[in-house]
Amino acid sequence: MTHVRAVGLPRWLFVPAALGATLVLLPLVAMVLRVPWTDFPALVTGASAQEALWLSLRTSATSTVLCVLLGVPLAMVLARTSFRGQAVLRSLVLLPLVLPPVVGGIALLYTFGRRGLLGESLEVLGIQVAFTTAAVVLAQTFVALPFLVLSLEGSLRTAGERYDVVAASLGASPTTVFRRVTLPLTLPGLVSGAVLAFARALGEFGATITFAGSLEGVTRTLPLEVYLLRESDPDGAVALSLLLVVVAIAVIGATRQGRVPR
Amino acid sequence: MSTARTRAAALLATLALLTGTAACGDADDSPTLTVYAAASLQAPLDELVEDFERSHDGVEVVVSYAGSSDLVAQLGEGARADVLATADTATMDRLVAEGLAAGEPQVFATNTLSIAVPPGNPAGVTGLADLAREDLSVVVCAPQVPCGAAARRLADVAGVRLAPDSEEQSVTDVLGKVASGEADAGLVYVTDVLAAGDRVEEVAVPEAARAVNDYPVTVLADAREDALAAELVDLLLGETGQRALERAGFGPPR
Repeated sequence: MTHVRAVGLPRWLFVPAALGATLVLLPLVAMVLRVPWTDFPALVTGASAQEALWLSLRTSATSTVLCVLLGVPLAMVLARTSFRGQAVLRSLVLLPLVLPPVVGGIALLYTFGRRGLLGESLEVLGIQVAFTTAAVVLAQTFVALPFLVLSLEGSLRTAGERYDVVAASLGASPTTVFRRVTLPLTLPGLVSGAVLAFARALGEFGATITFAGSLEGVTRTLPLEVYLLRESDPDGAVALSLLLVVVAIAVIGATRQGRVPR
Repeated sequence: MSTARTRAAALLATLALLTGTAACGDADDSPTLTVYAAASLQAPLDELVEDFERSHDGVEVVVSYAGSSDLVAQLGEGARADVLATADTATMDRLVAEGLAAGEPQVFATNTLSIAVPPGNPAGVTGLADLAREDLSVVVCAPQVPCGAAARRLADVAGVRLAPDSEEQSVTDVLGKVASGEADAGLVYVTDVLAAGDRVEEVAVPEAARAVNDYPVTVLADAREDALAAELVDLLLGETGQRALERAGFGPPR
């Protein structure tokens, strides 16, 4: 898809653009240069590494599903209704985007921890969240949800309400309109939002380590394994970092491919 | 258009000015002694550094506290410091092996592990054997970091199989999870229990005397202030240093 451009870009724009791209790419190159290639296969196929990767993929997939289940209704409410305090609600929902993850972890701890707001009631019900895989999923969902909401809300606003109104005037119930008109129209936005949420969940570190702890196979995701290895085995940490980068690039690449040109 | 351009130019000029001044920030002549120290040393070392600055007019001491392995890794990557004090000999040995130490490191303090429990000891922990109980939430350091290596040694000498719910990256993380009541018990250094005050209670571990951690200190090979660095090491090993360390719960070198 090449566009014919009537207006050329000002030349000087390319200098800061190149600097920006370098700032992102150079550290990646530097990391790749430090990967011990001969040991690489052994490092990324080690038992702890595999366990951490598998846990990361599993929990990220679960939290993405949760993000879709919770985020689609949230985005609908934000995009298609208006009520007092909506602007405030939107800011609050997007807060995890800018909050340091460790702050999110502390907030989760005081909500779902054993002595937290809900923790005691959960404990009575025999549910313990702390130090479980569920805590990892909660932390990931917390930080990833805004990505889905933001992406879908934008897409809902761009799509507009014309078709919804037509369908409703033809006698379709709100649920039918939502299912048959709104969702299909905004599917690209939903897909890219879900992929972004998955990628964010995959990279989650701060909230997880603060709230969920770190135990092999239970709560030690790939980012936590990288952090731990960095202390004792820098080569292993670099190799696993690269693995994480490759998975993330694959995920982001998938969403760019799936995007419908406007 | 032209106002936008002027504004952009002004912004660029300001940026240039800011980065320029930042670059010449360290041009003054007063000597700065840079110390890298294990996080567990913070309380006594802060106190000793203040003493040191008082008795050395114009000298500024900057201390970077972090996990020992982290510090050694940073020095290996070219970070510059004058003195390094670590929480175990294994991490110090890595520095020596890389040829980054000036001379032989000297042990200046020892530390032992202890059990920290939340105030009131809700789970009724009485000793190391309880840390193997599956029904308790137990948190220890990961074996990859010094406090975790110490925990593993202690479990070995005591013949206890620990069943942790989480293996944390640092002793402060362990302490945090105990203090917040998330964990029923955690293995931390005696000095951490002392520093935490009322936030946690201690359950003494008699076996700990058989798994002691040595704290070594050394002047670094590329130290810029090697005379001052040697003086600081002497302070740690001398009477004043030893008293401060003892108050913080550290034991004397063996």
